[in-house]
Amino acid sequence: MLAKRIIACLDIKNGRTVKGVNFENIRDAGDPVELGAFYAAAGIDELVFLDITATNEKRKTLADLAKKIAGVINIPFTVGGGVASTEDVRVLLQNGADKIAVNSAAFKNPELVAALAKEFGSQCIVVAIDTKQEADGVWYVYLNGGTVATKTTCLAWAQEAAKLGAGEILLTSMNHDGTKAGFALDITRAVSKAVSIPVIASGGGGTMAHFEDVFTTGAADAALAASIFHFKEIEVFALKSFLFDKGLLIRL
Amino acid sequence: MNVAIVKYNAGNILSVTYALERLGVSAVLTDDVELLQKADRVIFPGVGEASNAMAYLKERNLDIVIKTLEQPVLGICLGMQLLCSYSEENNTPCLSVFDERVVSFLPNGTDKIPQVGWNTISGYGSTLFNGLVPDAYCYFVHGYYAALGPDTIATTHYILPYSAALQKNNFYGVQFHPEKSAAVGEKILQNFLDIK
Repeated sequence: MLAKRIIACLDIKNGRTVKGVNFENIRDAGDPVELGAFYAAAGIDELVFLDITATNEKRKTLADLAKKIAGVINIPFTVGGGVASTEDVRVLLQNGADKIAVNSAAFKNPELVAALAKEFGSQCIVVAIDTKQEADGVWYVYLNGGTVATKTTCLAWAQEAAKLGAGEILLTSMNHDGTKAGFALDITRAVSKAVSIPVIASGGGGTMAHFEDVFTTGAADAALAASIFHFKEIEVFALKSFLFDKGLLIRL
Repeated sequence: MNVAIVKYNAGNILSVTYALERLGVSAVLTDDVELLQKADRVIFPGVGEASNAMAYLKERNLDIVIKTLEQPVLGICLGMQLLCSYSEENNTPCLSVFDERVVSFLPNGTDKIPQVGWNTISGYGSTLFNGLVPDAYCYFVHGYYAALGPDTIATTHYILPYSAALQKNNFYGVQFHPEKSAAVGEKILQNFLDIK
């Protein structure tokens, strides 16, 4: 049976991991390739590399990075961050990325999702959605790294993205991100039930029990976290063993 | 060892090259008939859509070349599906090395389509799986599957049981991605290279 996935996210700036900390076991935690290889060996199911660099050189840096990662890492990885065109995606896939995450550009131009799915196949197109629950209780889509609000509901955009040919939804709750207070179970569940493609929950995972909750109550297909892994607050293997013992399908 | 990877209009080919490099084997990516025929091993990889891929192969006569290869051949994902008799994906007649047919997963109300992620393989019936633990996890990404049949050498369950791997004579096919399946995948690729 299909296992629930645990995904580590690495933020990249100018080719270096940010938020990276001191790992005794690796020489350079700032090297995304080395950190990624460390997680792969530790049993992580997938990796996401998110480029937060804001320069014109970005596309080439990211492509070079994808190629280095593909050379070393023997599990699937997604690359994202400012991906805006079919050409961006082509270059990244040609350089060995398995999947590409598109966020603001997909929302601003939904036809991009359809074009990407047609050209490269849905399996490699991950639509990333940053969402925030406003005072009215409704979850809205936010753009440009969460700085720009929209009037579109998260649910509506997720359903449209799936219909356009997205292969997966990477759903980040801005209300929960960084809080370590648990994932956004309600919106994760609502999106997961509303679309027929896998949903990756992101934001808020702080304890092992939070991951159990997001797979059960939240109906997530995968759960993503960054700093709790980077700061070794939770070890990948210990987390997966915990979830396995709770009766979830987990690859150990 | 001289390994050739079939070059055609499908994605995810670089990863196979790298996976072989990690096993100490340098592979050549080619659509040259002579290079393919002379190689010790041929890998037919791919992620993509069946009808476009078949049209591309036919235009270059690679359909005939591939099905008449005599050394061990390994189809991966779409490569395996194209070695089957037919794919429901845009009603595509395929290479008919394997007798099995490729059909679409049907929604059952709970499982997502396509299948994305790690699933177990079982019922090992080939040296391809030598040294693996029972029910080893492999990485799958697919919306179409090869039904169970006489060539099935491993089974996976998603919505229903289907062929995780096929073999007929010198032809092998795996639905999952060994190049993305961590140590388990590396072992399977090594076993393929070690076929006598």
